[in-house]
Amino acid sequence: MAGAATQASLESAPRIMRLVAECSRSRARAGELWLPHGTVATPVFMPVGTQATMKGITTEQLDALGCRICLGNTYHLGLRPGPELIQKANGLHGFMNWPHNLLTDSGGFQMVSLVSLSEVTEEGVRFRSPYDGNETLLSPEKSVQIQNALGSDIIMQLDDVVSSTVTGPRVEEAMYRSIRWLDRCIAAHQRPDKQNLFAIIQGGLDADLRATCLEEMTKRDVPGFAIGGLSGVCVALGCDMFDCVFPTRTARFGSALVPTGNLQLRKKVFEKDFGPIDPECTCPTCQKHSRAFLHALLHSDNTAALHHLTVHNIAYQLQLMSAVRTSIVEKRFPDFVRDFMGAMYGDPTLCPTWATDALASVGITLG
Amino acid sequence: MKLSLTKVVNGCRLGKIKNLGKTGDHTMDIPGCLLYTKTGSAPHLTHHTLHNIHGVPAMAQLTLSSLAEHHEVLTEYKEGVGKFIGMPESLLYCSLHDPVSPCPAGYVTNKSVSVWSVAGRVEMTVSKFMAIQKALQPDWFQCLSDGEVSCKEATSIKRVRKSVDRSLLFLDNCLRLQEESEVLQKSVIIGVIEGGDVMEERLRLISGVSRPDEVLECIERGVDLFESFFPYQVTERGCALTFSFDYQPNPEETLLQQNGTQEEIKCMDQIKKIETTGCNQEITSFEINLKEKKYQEDFNPLVRGCSCYCCKNHTRAYIHHLLVTNELLAGVLLMMHNFEHYFGFFHYIREALKSDKLAQLKELIHRQAS
Repeated sequence: MAGAATQASLESAPRIMRLVAECSRSRARAGELWLPHGTVATPVFMPVGTQATMKGITTEQLDALGCRICLGNTYHLGLRPGPELIQKANGLHGFMNWPHNLLTDSGGFQMVSLVSLSEVTEEGVRFRSPYDGNETLLSPEKSVQIQNALGSDIIMQLDDVVSSTVTGPRVEEAMYRSIRWLDRCIAAHQRPDKQNLFAIIQGGLDADLRATCLEEMTKRDVPGFAIGGLSGVCVALGCDMFDCVFPTRTARFGSALVPTGNLQLRKKVFEKDFGPIDPECTCPTCQKHSRAFLHALLHSDNTAALHHLTVHNIAYQLQLMSAVRTSIVEKRFPDFVRDFMGAMYGDPTLCPTWATDALASVGITLG
Repeated sequence: MKLSLTKVVNGCRLGKIKNLGKTGDHTMDIPGCLLYTKTGSAPHLTHHTLHNIHGVPAMAQLTLSSLAEHHEVLTEYKEGVGKFIGMPESLLYCSLHDPVSPCPAGYVTNKSVSVWSVAGRVEMTVSKFMAIQKALQPDWFQCLSDGEVSCKEATSIKRVRKSVDRSLLFLDNCLRLQEESEVLQKSVIIGVIEGGDVMEERLRLISGVSRPDEVLECIERGVDLFESFFPYQVTERGCALTFSFDYQPNPEETLLQQNGTQEEIKCMDQIKKIETTGCNQEITSFEINLKEKKYQEDFNPLVRGCSCYCCKNHTRAYIHHLLVTNELLAGVLLMMHNFEHYFGFFHYIREALKSDKLAQLKELIHRQAS
């Protein structure tokens, strides 16, 4: 997740964010990101298209859903098809034929989470490719080099990622190293006019470390900042952009997102349910198909079933963010949050404690 | 329904089927093909991506093997399978079996025929069969029949006779049940003829034939309608149809195409066997295998000049990448191209018949058949 630098927070950095409205109670804000491939309204949900594809939906379908920015994974793309080929194909935009914005991550996170044989040193992250067994070093310079070849509108610094469950000196080490790596990324960045390099604030769950990191990083000339590992309530806390594999991944398991949670459409209970997934949803799946049909299709070997759900789930997330944004602009964000949590959890006491606490910290009480 | 032939040339029939559908105002061109579906949906395609394809046939083929297990649901739904699958505007033909998945022999009795679904064997008596058709309400449905003789190599005369007798009995019983039902009378029963007399005015649909060269052979023998499962099989093995059917290209195109064809033929030294779900088929010379390394940096479209969504938006290199990384989009894009290419082929067949150029088209196709 990321927040873009605005006039208030930074004097010298390129200003890609225009604030449109702010919630007077919480820190939520609505805005516009001015990126090389067009404007993006925030808060925004970014679907994750890991390997230069949004699972089974075409870029035309994604565009029709209103998506204006999505995410690609540097780790995967760096291995297959590789940065040289993508550069020959006119960057990731050209390769996958996506006319709007792209954000790429550094490749570091997935390396650490996906590859068991990885080792972090001051140099970078050393790992063994699962495809050909070759050893590679992903340094800050290498990460930026790959992302320069990909040509994404927003690129991420390579950060020293530590799980939020880790405590002790490792967290502080990672925080300071991330600052040093940010400087190396900035130095290595060949296309600052075409690609926006974001810093990633570290510090684990230690408020002091986070504050130190923020203070240092905001001294650097970057157009935006990212925070790893949190979710949902972060709009209330002031975040502008969210990425998640959840809607596309869950679609592949036959799960459809709805205001009350999700529907496991493979279950027998939907066999004769002739209504759409969500009567309020305007996506093509809900306009044309019933839960019963999707249930039947999910039990066949026709992959179309998954695509219907992917379309709906992405539409759902995009519509949700759009509704959030409207509520901020119309100065009723706190009510929106209360209604949303009510629909999802019913009783306020069933809402997870971390969410209740976080919302309370910015002046939004539930129930 | 009315068969209206414009022309019959050397056994090949060109014309239209008129007054089709529940409202009686749909038309289909023949020779033509039906849109192949699995469980009521074109493979890999949603409504949006299906409608990106040019030339989609007016009639879709549903298979009873994929729908029989949903009998109860469809009965409760009441409004027919067309609406249930989200294709209320399409003409629908319900065949017994899926032409792609071979069904084991030995399951036809005097009283029932079995179809094979994902869930397993579904045994159907005449009354169960007609009850399902009543719930489906297709425009046409293939009558319950004993079709096993066509899949066996060494078939005795006794077995053939038995098949004909059984099929006729099934047909009689189905017709009788149809007379008793207003709903069923809205559907047309397609009888399957096993070695009988073929009358001129009857429409001829053949099952199990979809390859371009075989299609032409059947057209010469007077067949009107075909299934379009071949493009699906090609898709499942990660291939794209590239065969040429433009028997009258401009001279520059001919030169380029010839060069292209020669290159493809040179590389086709061995026919590779690809194992995919239900398609234990060999790659034909009508297609290219996008998994091959040589396509890794090929930034051309699948077929130069093709107007399909895939060729207008993507490259061979991209499709290669999607296949290598096992991404779902590969199937979507290949299906869109392969269907459009195949429907284009049928359009050219009709054009060739119209202008008496079928011999040229036949020669072109046979040059490309391996």
